[in-house]
Amino acid sequence: MSQSSSTGNFDVASLVEDVNLRRVAQYALVVFFLGFFLVPLETGIMTAIKTNESVARSLPFAPPVGEGFTLGNIQFALEQLSGSFFNSLIMSIPATIGSVLFGSMAAYGLTMVNWRAQMGMLMLFVVGVFVPYQAVLVPLARFWNNIFPLARMIEPMVASIPFFQGYHAELVPLVITHIAYGIPICTILFRSYYQSLPNSLVEAGKIDGASITKIYRRIILPISKPMFGVVFIYQFTQIYNEFLFAFTLVTGSDAPAAPVTLVLPAIGASTSGINFGIRMSAAFLAAVPTLILYVAFAEQFAKGLRTEA
Amino acid sequence: MATHDNTEHVSDATDEAVGWESKLRYFLNSDFVRSAPYWGIPFVLMSIAVYGGTGYNFAISFTDYEGLGTPDYSTLDLEMYAQALSSDAFIAAAQNNLVLLVGFTTICLVLGLFLAILLDHGIRFSEKFQTVYLLPMSLSFVVTAQLWLWMFNVESGILNLVVTTLGFNPVDWLGNPSIALGAVILALIWQFSGYTMVVYLAGLQSIPDDQFEAARVDGASITRTYLRIIVPQLKEASVSAAVVLMVFALKAFTFLYALVGRYRPPNGTDILATLMVRRAFKFGEWAYSAAIATMLLIMALGVIGPYLYYQYKQGGL
Repeated sequence: MSQSSSTGNFDVASLVEDVNLRRVAQYALVVFFLGFFLVPLETGIMTAIKTNESVARSLPFAPPVGEGFTLGNIQFALEQLSGSFFNSLIMSIPATIGSVLFGSMAAYGLTMVNWRAQMGMLMLFVVGVFVPYQAVLVPLARFWNNIFPLARMIEPMVASIPFFQGYHAELVPLVITHIAYGIPICTILFRSYYQSLPNSLVEAGKIDGASITKIYRRIILPISKPMFGVVFIYQFTQIYNEFLFAFTLVTGSDAPAAPVTLVLPAIGASTSGINFGIRMSAAFLAAVPTLILYVAFAEQFAKGLRTEA
Repeated sequence: MATHDNTEHVSDATDEAVGWESKLRYFLNSDFVRSAPYWGIPFVLMSIAVYGGTGYNFAISFTDYEGLGTPDYSTLDLEMYAQALSSDAFIAAAQNNLVLLVGFTTICLVLGLFLAILLDHGIRFSEKFQTVYLLPMSLSFVVTAQLWLWMFNVESGILNLVVTTLGFNPVDWLGNPSIALGAVILALIWQFSGYTMVVYLAGLQSIPDDQFEAARVDGASITRTYLRIIVPQLKEASVSAAVVLMVFALKAFTFLYALVGRYRPPNGTDILATLMVRRAFKFGEWAYSAAIATMLLIMALGVIGPYLYYQYKQGGL
């Protein structure tokens, strides 16, 4: 779309004016939406660093002035959340690694299966991506509480690990649950990548007599490093941000094993209402890990979302 | 397969035995079997979780299971479904869900398309803007809910600041049942329109530039070019984005719970997902909530079934 003015019929001056006006309008809209997407975040951060008095008196989006500035709320929120941060991380990291590895394996294995069976299995995986988790909550609660109470069984074992407490055992069923329900999306993401690879790579390996495991480890794994990055970032964000499974399996925001997302909706609330300085501080802190990942790897994150569609 | 073939030709026993054995050996050496550990383990784990889970849920929905104890499978009936379909709370939740689904999906698609076109041509640093527009997608619904709770605040929220500056009375965004659902939709659009934008931008970038050039040479205006030539080519992007958004709208529980921090969302925003979780984990009506969950599942399958068929026919899988 170079703006060449070779279309002779036009008066050049009016064309320039027209283009400029359009440009100005276009940029004005871009800036308007910049505001739309940033204002809730900006307001939240500004409110987090204000004293309660300043929150009540000043405009919500205005930065704190003089006496109105404090880090007290953030400090308080950090103390409240520190345990749950630990819970969130020791839950999200193994769950992400597990589902990403299984997803890669499944996607690779599927490329070896004949087309008909592959389509059938793929359909089952895709449905697994979209299943509303409400449809498995009652079974999940029953399974992990009554049928196979894994958390209670391994509690003494977990308690003996340094830095861990017995209650951290409650996170183990949660990790397994996240792995199992994360497999479908990871498989789909990896499959689209493996499909884009030239077929000759695997064929050459086969002709050389390499086993299926060898092809995976020597050929597929090394070239799918960038995709591992994409899926890892996507999946970590999903699991860290997730609420419903934690809500079902680790009951109560005051449970010692509760991840951040479970604690956040209860922080700074009292009989006299919500203390927004504290609540916004906590919300900001809770968002920090995924925000850092997003700012550092925005392109990978966008790629994950694009491939999903 | 191998054994089945064997029973059909019993005339020549020795010949068949060799054939059967070599067929078996051939089968065991095939890629299908040798790659089984790769696709098999994840497949089994996923199947137990997804299909075992929904199947178990389906079974529970036919019982009268509630409170403590175990489900009793001796008398199975559709009572819970009948009870749900005739209850006012269910009907209201289903209506809210429909409004949320249609309103949220439509506005997200339109706004996302608009943003994609806005950034598609002639904007410097357009990637930086994309990154900002997509940023809400990296936040948890729990965080989004807190940010918007503050935006919606009656005394000091930004929305009421705007409303009063324009000369209107302050609005109780979440307390007024006829507005609350709209407010929730607004917040969810804030989170999701960057996502639709990204999907549309991918679609736009796959359209060759000479189509713009051709339209320009023909003297078509930019608006006309987009409406007549470009947008119709984005059908596939629209369909996949719409499916993701609709399925999300069906199960949007977290945002509503986190707004208030309790089982009952603001009046006028109760949807099937919140109703189901409340019935199950607050009141222990397991069978009843399993029935609601099954209906939710059927609705979600109603959305993705046709989509998968369409994708399969298009060869997009």
